[in-house]
Amino acid sequence: MITAERKPLDEILELVGDKKKVLVAGCDTCVAICLTGGEKEAEILASELRILAEKDGRAIEVEHTAAIRQCEWEYLDMIAEKVEAADVVLSMACGIGIQSLAEKFAPQLVMPAVNTNMLGMPQEHAVWLERCVACGECRIGLTGGICPVVRCSKSLMNGPCGGSHDGLCEVTGPEKEEIECAWALIWERLKAQGREELMFTERPPKNWSKSSSGGPRKMVREEAKPV
Amino acid sequence: MTATEYKAGSNLEKILREGKFAVTGECGPPKSTDVTVIEEKAKILTGYVDAVNITDNQTAVVRVCSMASAYTAQQNGLEAIMQMTCRDRNRLAMQADIMGASTLGIKNVLCLTGDHMSFGNHPEAKGVHDLDAINLIKMYKDMRDEKKFQCGEEMPLGPPLFIGCAENPFADPFELRALRLKKKIEAGADFIQTQCIFNVPKFKKWMEEVRALGLHKEIKILAGITPLKGVGGARYMQKFVPGIDVPQDIVDRMAACEKGAPSQAEGKKIAVEMIKEFAEIEGVAGVHIMAIEWEIAVPEIVEAAGLMPRPAVV
Repeated sequence: MITAERKPLDEILELVGDKKKVLVAGCDTCVAICLTGGEKEAEILASELRILAEKDGRAIEVEHTAAIRQCEWEYLDMIAEKVEAADVVLSMACGIGIQSLAEKFAPQLVMPAVNTNMLGMPQEHAVWLERCVACGECRIGLTGGICPVVRCSKSLMNGPCGGSHDGLCEVTGPEKEEIECAWALIWERLKAQGREELMFTERPPKNWSKSSSGGPRKMVREEAKPV
Repeated sequence: MTATEYKAGSNLEKILREGKFAVTGECGPPKSTDVTVIEEKAKILTGYVDAVNITDNQTAVVRVCSMASAYTAQQNGLEAIMQMTCRDRNRLAMQADIMGASTLGIKNVLCLTGDHMSFGNHPEAKGVHDLDAINLIKMYKDMRDEKKFQCGEEMPLGPPLFIGCAENPFADPFELRALRLKKKIEAGADFIQTQCIFNVPKFKKWMEEVRALGLHKEIKILAGITPLKGVGGARYMQKFVPGIDVPQDIVDRMAACEKGAPSQAEGKKIAVEMIKEFAEIEGVAGVHIMAIEWEIAVPEIVEAAGLMPRPAVV
């Protein structure tokens, strides 16, 4: 799923600026599951903005709403009235939802209230781990179902670098958390599968043109198009 | 041996090919445009090492680029091994740079993944990692031997290169380490310099695996040595530098010495003992002395290890 984190309140206030009618628009799909931008979180942010405005003596009107999915046109129709009535919309959807909203109601002012951060897997309650970067050329069939592009800090394709120690990467995460060495995991998985030889086959340079390096991507399913 | 049979004809390649015990050193370019830093380091090392590694933004800290510094070293009479990391360049830049280096007379290259950006002075930088070190070795081999760019296009004249790689016998999973060297040999590496060695028994164990696979006959192995200046550095590496394995007895030896000259003398003594020990190991073709910001120690170490004078090859 797509995960996101709410921006700091100061940054959100800066995005709102001197606008008087604010709509906080949540999305009830991915960002709701990761407890960041669903209807409940939109309501909380709206309350925070109202309390702050009252404290500072600013006249501001804050409403909240949520679309079932902000990334689909038909669900946006359902919140159209509120969006059009606002001076600024603070979207709590992922980057796709925010842009869909901005495109659908252009030139309405739509601001991001969250930072979309990854395609993550819920490892346990309230913990998400990055598992995919949508590189457009999946090779995890060769690596025991573990993606080295996203899980190796250097996106190595041919085995662990010299910084792998006790199953850990030499790099620590932004909060100084330990990161598992993807290649140590891959090696253990391949051994368990009896496919060790895959480790020693040279993998050629990756075709990054299928990733975002190739420019914005587009997918068309001709067979699914309306006749 | 005629020149045409060499891959690059560098001093380092010739010495290794003749089966002579090679000595390489290391020079970090400065964090400023003061060219005299490289000139001074080159003066210290000339005559004592067969070639010198010129690091490429080592530890992800920006410095004068390895190509310009390698050129300066060579202008000052010291053959360079230009380091090239996958962290800072994509495949276009890595091919352009190696051809540029070649036109400047640089013949040795060391292909590295590169330390992660988070360790350096620009932790917000985007890491390139278009290729990994094995892809890079293969790309340079194909440019040299097949006269082909990575995309498959042909070129009239490829860069004559002696291609090096690094390997860390102390990283995990240990069982993969010799096999990973094999993969680098298959990709086209001609020589390898190891991570600095302090745990000699573990290095010997790795060499046993290397020999069991016959790899020592396919690649020239230079054992990495870092002379210790004091116990502080030893403890720091022991605790904080991933992939470096400093056994307690080394730390204890350094701790038993007074700071300053006695400590430095002990560090050099350990380095000399190690060089002598490595020279006896079957399959070790030379040593790579990484005296980080302590180049001045190298001549004494090389001399004391009985490696002077350096062989002259034609």
